Amino acid sequence: MRKLPHKDVAIIGLGWTGSIMAHGLSEAGLDVIAFERGPWRDTAQDFPPTYAPDEYRYRVRHELFLRPAQMTFTFRNNPSQTALPIRDWGAFMLGNGVGGGGLHWNAEMWRFEPSQFMLKTHLTERYGAKFIPAGMTIQDWGVTYDELEPHYDRFEYLCGTAGTAGNLRGAIQPGGNPFEGPRSRPYPTPAQKQPFNATLFAKAAREMGHQPFPQPSGNMSQPYTNPLGVTLGPCTFCGYCEWFGCGNYSKASPQTTILPVLVKQPGFTARDNCEVLRIVLDAGGKRATGVVFVDTDGEEWEQPADLVLCCAFTPFNVQLLMLSGVGEIYDPAAKRGNVGRNFTHQTVSTATAFFDPATHRFNPFVASGAIGMCIDDFNGDNFDHGPLGFVGGGYMGQVQTNGRPIETTPVPAGTPTWGAKWKAAVKQNYNSSVYSGSGVHGSFYSYDDVFLDLDPTYKDRFGRPLMRMTIDFHENEHKMSAFLTDRYAEILRAMGATRVDKLPRTGHYDVTDYQTSHLCGGAVMGAEPSTSVVNRYQQSWDVPNLFVIGASSFPQNAGYNPTTTVGALTYWTLDAIVNQYLKAPGPLVQA
Amino acid sequence: MLILNRRRLLSGTALVLFTASSAPSRAGTIAGALPWAPGAAAPPRPVVPGPWHFFTPAEGRTVEAIVDRIIPPDPDGPGARDAGCAVFIDRQLAGPFGRAEGLYDHGPFVTGTKQQGPQSRLDPATQYRGALRAIDAYSAQHHDGRPFVDLAAADQDAVIGAIEDGSLPIEDVVTKDFWTMLLKNTRQGFFADPVYGGNRDMAAWKWIGFPGARYDYSDWIDRHNEPYPHAPIGIAEAPLWRPAASK
Ligand SMILES: Cc1cc2nc3c(=O)[nH]c(=O)nc-3n(C[C@H](O)[C@H](O)[C@H](O)COP(=O)(O)OP(=O)(O)OC[C@H]3O[C@@H](n4cnc5c(N)ncnc54)[C@H](O)[C@@H]3O)c2cc1C
Ligand code: SF4
Repeated sequence: MRKLPHKDVAIIGLGWTGSIMAHGLSEAGLDVIAFERGPWRDTAQDFPPTYAPDEYRYRVRHELFLRPAQMTFTFRNNPSQTALPIRDWGAFMLGNGVGGGGLHWNAEMWRFEPSQFMLKTHLTERYGAKFIPAGMTIQDWGVTYDELEPHYDRFEYLCGTAGTAGNLRGAIQPGGNPFEGPRSRPYPTPAQKQPFNATLFAKAAREMGHQPFPQPSGNMSQPYTNPLGVTLGPCTFCGYCEWFGCGNYSKASPQTTILPVLVKQPGFTARDNCEVLRIVLDAGGKRATGVVFVDTDGEEWEQPADLVLCCAFTPFNVQLLMLSGVGEIYDPAAKRGNVGRNFTHQTVSTATAFFDPATHRFNPFVASGAIGMCIDDFNGDNFDHGPLGFVGGGYMGQVQTNGRPIETTPVPAGTPTWGAKWKAAVKQNYNSSVYSGSGVHGSFYSYDDVFLDLDPTYKDRFGRPLMRMTIDFHENEHKMSAFLTDRYAEILRAMGATRVDKLPRTGHYDVTDYQTSHLCGGAVMGAEPSTSVVNRYQQSWDVPNLFVIGASSFPQNAGYNPTTTVGALTYWTLDAIVNQYLKAPGPLVQA
Repeated sequence: MLILNRRRLLSGTALVLFTASSAPSRAGTIAGALPWAPGAAAPPRPVVPGPWHFFTPAEGRTVEAIVDRIIPPDPDGPGARDAGCAVFIDRQLAGPFGRAEGLYDHGPFVTGTKQQGPQSRLDPATQYRGALRAIDAYSAQHHDGRPFVDLAAADQDAVIGAIEDGSLPIEDVVTKDFWTMLLKNTRQGFFADPVYGGNRDMAAWKWIGFPGARYDYSDWIDRHNEPYPHAPIGIAEAPLWRPAASK
């Protein structure tokens, strides 16, 4: 294997987290190399407005995503089953290529609620330890909302997030989310304009006593130049947003916020189509000496580096640790190990509402990935769980992103799936129904029997074991989903719907059923090495010159989209590396 | 200073995926400037009408008959046959989709729970071939030796019902999984951009009122509950672009 010249920093993955770290560390004067297993991608070449609006190519055939032949996982609901490979994607999608998931996300940009970061302490104090269901393994994060606030702010200003503040330094603001944590200044840009369905939803919710506000959005409401000097243009509500790249430079992504500056940074190099196979450790296993990657020729190279950053997205961060022998893999039977423990996803549900076509015309195609009006009254611990017998919650809203007809032709439940009746129902309802795929964005708390480890049977294209996902819904999440979906349906009825079909999350986790791409946990952060893989700065407890960055650090997943919190954690870690670690390389927290 | 050094390595054992239209990319190094290759954009390759690429003529007729029952013509809107859904499926089966390119194809192949998703060892093209044979065999068995295309509409519907409920046996294929694929492919052909061979003349888009590949609705976000006034356009064409005489 050939060895390349030494670098200060090797970054694995050039999506959101990798781009932020590469920019910050090369700005600090370090020699940085970033490896990306997929191709370089840019607007003009990969999704210009001339052919970006292609539902079949991007949404159905997954052109911008990782393909399972490159890497997949095995899946089962519980340890008594034999896991089988995910042969084609369904429940979640994975980025591949420069920009990562940040290229084809919706850009729904939520902060987590302050109590989330102290979840176990908070729930125990309010409801007592017995209220937390058996087997649930939630824990505190080791970092607080107040510590993260400046870093939330930095990520939002990088992205130009459009929204209405609900809490400015403790003062509740009209029209914003009154439940959000205090923010130090308003959103960088005003909220997006809203379509008919969202406006009706907000009106109905307000009349029912809820507190609606516009969803924080990374789809620009106006031109915006970020602190790096990169400019985004206004969103045109094209309706080809999530799963697609934006042809208008209107959606916050590494491409539209960082990369044009990053590539010009002296000391920065990227290698695309190069997949990192493992992190190399020294003989004692306590220090990373670099990474090994493979190019498209099948040739393996070693890249020595002083600092290694895993920025590969949740499951790949965890997998790299497992395949490199960093830390101990979680074993639920023996109750040992932390790598792979507290893996989570999301508990999404919705309801479809049908209206009289003579009076309602929604034009569902006039939309963007993060548009919509929401309420947060039933998220986190914003409501009393005592009488309800579950923990967790979610935001809910009219957040319909599209009217793309392969995906979005709602028909009432019970309609045949083909033939003249189906056809008539499609025609009748296309323009007079509302359907938000993730209308109810429920939390997914962690459990001792939801985890990642290595599969004993199936192999990747290099002959290494695939990672195995063991994941199912629990009674707590079923109860939560039923409650939240009922509240959501009430609002849809109050909008004037003639019929509402509820779709609460029931039964087993199904790997063919899309549920957001918010995989979290598996290399969680915390105050104690006994219950976490990384410390409060996302630094490995075992290998202090290795940082594992992203939603893999979440001890459990909240009822929000993860990336704004991921961005905040990334800037928090960047700050710790630049201002503490580089001055005295070593553990930032003593175990 | 511009240092643009994209190493163009020959594709070897590593996996390089071809997308529908773009060339495979190779490992490269990027520093100093955004990598920029003129002419590297990859618009979709339009389907050209003509003979079947994958189906035999008899298979093509059967698929046309099946999709036309799944989405039947009515006075209000087109049926799947006239919309070109069979052509769409044919071209897809002749391409990367038909070969299951990009999917995970290592064994062992074991049928699992519904939640674990399809586990067939056969690619979509092979599944279609076997299914079409099975559909004719089933039709013959239940309807005096006649193939599917010769059945009355109600009898065709009964055969399709037997695919849907899984009672029509297909060798080495889970019938319900095949039905899921067939139904999806038919709807995809019906509603996809016409560049892929279905949704001819954007008939399906016009029928429901979807404006297609228009990319700018800035002027309509505030026009709540008002009909959108413009006809659909596609990636490669607009029905409006015609000599007046043929409109
Ligand atoms: C369709 C979709 C919609 C979404 N919508 C939202 C939303 O509205 N709001 C929200 O908050 N979040 C959303 N997300 C999630 C969001 O995209 C991710 O949270 C975010 O991109 C995470 O950043 P990351 O840097 O951790 O991972 P990514 O941005 O995915 O970047 C990781 C990169 O690492 C690369 N990589 C992985 N392994 C290797 C390896 N071994 N060697 C080299 N490179 C490697 C990958 O190819 C990838 O490019 C969405 C995701 C998807 C897919
Ligand atoms: S909806 Fe807006 S932000 Fe999203 S892709 Fe279209 S123009 Fe871009």
